[in-house]
Amino acid sequence: MASTQNGAAFVAFERVQKSYDGETLVVKDLNLSIAKGEFLTMLGPSGSGKTTCLMMLAGFETATYGEIRLDGREINNIPPHKRGIGMVFQNYALFPHMTVAENLSFPLEVRKIGKADREKKIKRALDMVQMGDFGGRRPAQLSGGQQQRIALARALVFEPELVLMDEPLGALDKQLRETLQFEITNLAHELGITTVYVTHDQTEALTMSDRVAVFDDGRIQQLAAPDELYERPENSFVAQFIGENNTLTGNVKSIDGQRCIVTLDHGEEIDAVPVNVEGVGDRTLVSIRPERVEINPDLGPDAHTLDAEVLEFIYMGDTFRTKLRTAGRDDFIVKTRNRADQVRLKPGEKIKIGWLPQDCRALDA
Amino acid sequence: MTDSTTGPDQFTGPTPDNALRDADGEARADGPMLAADGTPLKRSLNRALRAQKLRALGLIAPLLIFILVTFIAPIADMLFRSVENQIVSETLPRTVAALDDWDGEGVPGDAAFEALAYDLTIAAEEKNHTRLGSRLNYETTGISSLFRKSGRGVDDIGEVHADAFADLDPLWEEAETWLALMSSEDYIADEAVWRAAKDGTLPPAFELRDGVATALPRTADIFAEFARVIRIEDEDSPATEEPWNIVYRALWSDLRDNPDAAQAFAGGNADLVAAAAAAVPDFPDEDIRAAFLDIDEDWDDHDVWGTIEAFSSTYTSGYFLAAADFQLTPDGIERQPEDQQIYGLLFQRTLFMSLTIMVSCILLGYPIAFLLSNLPLRTSNVLLILVLLPFWTSLLVRTSAWKVLLQQQGVINDTLVWLGLVSDANRLELINNQTGTIIAMTHILLPFMILPLYSVMKTIPPYYVRAAKSLGATDWTAFWRVYFPQSVPGIGAGCILVFILSIGYYITPELVGGTTGTFISNRIAYHISSSLNWGLAAALGSILLAVVLLLYWVYDRIVGIDNVSLG
Repeated sequence: MASTQNGAAFVAFERVQKSYDGETLVVKDLNLSIAKGEFLTMLGPSGSGKTTCLMMLAGFETATYGEIRLDGREINNIPPHKRGIGMVFQNYALFPHMTVAENLSFPLEVRKIGKADREKKIKRALDMVQMGDFGGRRPAQLSGGQQQRIALARALVFEPELVLMDEPLGALDKQLRETLQFEITNLAHELGITTVYVTHDQTEALTMSDRVAVFDDGRIQQLAAPDELYERPENSFVAQFIGENNTLTGNVKSIDGQRCIVTLDHGEEIDAVPVNVEGVGDRTLVSIRPERVEINPDLGPDAHTLDAEVLEFIYMGDTFRTKLRTAGRDDFIVKTRNRADQVRLKPGEKIKIGWLPQDCRALDA
Repeated sequence: MTDSTTGPDQFTGPTPDNALRDADGEARADGPMLAADGTPLKRSLNRALRAQKLRALGLIAPLLIFILVTFIAPIADMLFRSVENQIVSETLPRTVAALDDWDGEGVPGDAAFEALAYDLTIAAEEKNHTRLGSRLNYETTGISSLFRKSGRGVDDIGEVHADAFADLDPLWEEAETWLALMSSEDYIADEAVWRAAKDGTLPPAFELRDGVATALPRTADIFAEFARVIRIEDEDSPATEEPWNIVYRALWSDLRDNPDAAQAFAGGNADLVAAAAAAVPDFPDEDIRAAFLDIDEDWDDHDVWGTIEAFSSTYTSGYFLAAADFQLTPDGIERQPEDQQIYGLLFQRTLFMSLTIMVSCILLGYPIAFLLSNLPLRTSNVLLILVLLPFWTSLLVRTSAWKVLLQQQGVINDTLVWLGLVSDANRLELINNQTGTIIAMTHILLPFMILPLYSVMKTIPPYYVRAAKSLGATDWTAFWRVYFPQSVPGIGAGCILVFILSIGYYITPELVGGTTGTFISNRIAYHISSSLNWGLAAALGSILLAVVLLLYWVYDRIVGIDNVSLG
């Protein structure tokens, strides 16, 4: 895994701002450095500014303020065709009037690469995405997945050091998406290219990336490796955006180092890890992952538990999903593994739930 | 359920599934696929779809009928008119038959003149001879007046014989005599009933007496025609009118050829005919040819007879030849004289100018369409209204406006003179020539180029150009290699629209084209409304249609008609 600390970043955004209408900022004070060879994903809901950042990097949008650097060189005023950045578009953007081979040949032709060389590179790129036999086809004759492979090959054929991908798998079905996620990551690491990947699909972001930048409201909310992001979200937005989450609101009653006690709005008290609460009395949003909740727990005498009533028990194959009413909410989810000895709850059953204090994070409200 | 003994394949009895499978198996083995009930699958399918097809047909039926009546039928009629030439053989059937024996040298023999006398008399009585004259006048000038004159003069042919018969026996002057002589007993009876009734109905159709046609062939023929014409034109019966002079001439020549004609008659008729037959050899002869030359010396002209002969067939290539600057002469197909070769030039000019207009429309329309398709929807809608604005103004008004703008004392020339770009003495000639037509028509047809272009460009997503740029293409390369090829279907559609519209354009070239800027359609209109040579107009129209279809085919081969899109 590449780190941002060692030396100059390959791609750097410095205090970048972007406004389309001169009234509102779509991207607010973006600072981001990406190391060479890193796979970085920009994740966020639509309108969060992630695509705008990508477009500024590609050169299709200009930054209103700030500096964007590629390999130490400021590229704000360099037109897109001189940046040498490969790009994969959401709709593949394969030229419909050219065959697959012609599509791949295009970036090489505009770079005035000789015919023999071109053919070699095209063949290599097509083989890379396992589409070696499809050179003579037209894009319309290919399936979505095949088109995306070709688009990938086309973005790689001229051997760019940086490849941008704008939700490239958005239009594909789940299974194909998973296969391609795997292939893209492998390819990116094999070739050692730096990849900036934009998606709104968190699973994609978690499975593919070295680091994920979670965007919201024009800012990076958290920039971290996937496990860090999932397990230690730094604010309530990230906690709610990444993965499934149970949230309870309340006030901080007491803080003791890495432990705090939160009084829920409904009256109960629970243990949590204070993440970004300032002090006693603060409003807080407590987040617990459904798979970290234990049913009828045996956590010791001083652990806080909550009373709950089973509303729904859903069989999902590998897991069971239980919907509970607790602490004044009726959307509390518990995920349990399908084990031979696992109790199957019935609606209406009264149970107790609890969790390890370190699994419960008190975040900003 | 994985227990294989309960799987459907284990049943050997006739389950529906098995039956279907068996049917499939058999079908594949020997013959067509069968449906569940054993009928061929294709037939079942057709039956299932028939109701659907009938309903679809019912929905389009009104339009289909409308198109057939107002579009297909006129085109078929036009195509037919361009080769149809029944007028000569219908008006001069006997002459045409007589000309079969003509060797084409000089002027034909007396038999042809004789036949012409019969035909022309009938035609003159039916007033068809002027129409025929006009028709043949397209081919050889002067025939129109010749026929008109001859129509008046042909009355006199046979007068000598009429007088001679009257002198021989005054009975010959009586209509009744002729009726008794020529018509069947049934007709005489019917005619008497009709005459007694006088109820305004048409008299009964004339019937010849048996045997007359063999005894007196010419007389029978012409008298029957006489009876027919009297019945149709005067709504009267031949019993009320003395026959035409030519009937006497026919009788004279029949009796001369067949002195025993009286044998075919009985009673008083036989005596009358016998007496006439006896007297005929002493009757004065009338030189039929001299009689015609007396009416008009042109009958001695080889060209007149040649023209009649050349256009005697029911269908003619004459119109098409004329439309291609050839002519059908008595001596075969010839090129028109140099100074009369106008249609080839006109076709060339029409094609050339249509192409020029088409290219101007592309050059002017493409950037506009490009701009429109790249602007925000609100702005582009406003601009699109400006593009469509001309459609809301009458074509005539727009064309007339160009007259005001383009004339030598017009706005454009005035401006150029005022700017000093053109001297007052050398004002540009922008109207009443090709320039005028091209300017005005480019303006009028421009929307037909912009609209398909716009609608096609609208469908080209912006990410293609972005992708091209990200792959390293400059703005121009991205446009030329990625955007432009995708807009070609729009250009194709616009070109076909503009070209086909302009190739048949009429009003604008007529108003601003002067003499050098007119199209073939103006000539067609001239032949339809002024010279009334509809056959030639139809031939020109057919050629134009053929040219358009040919170009369409060429276009299909080169660009591909699938490659045309209106959006």
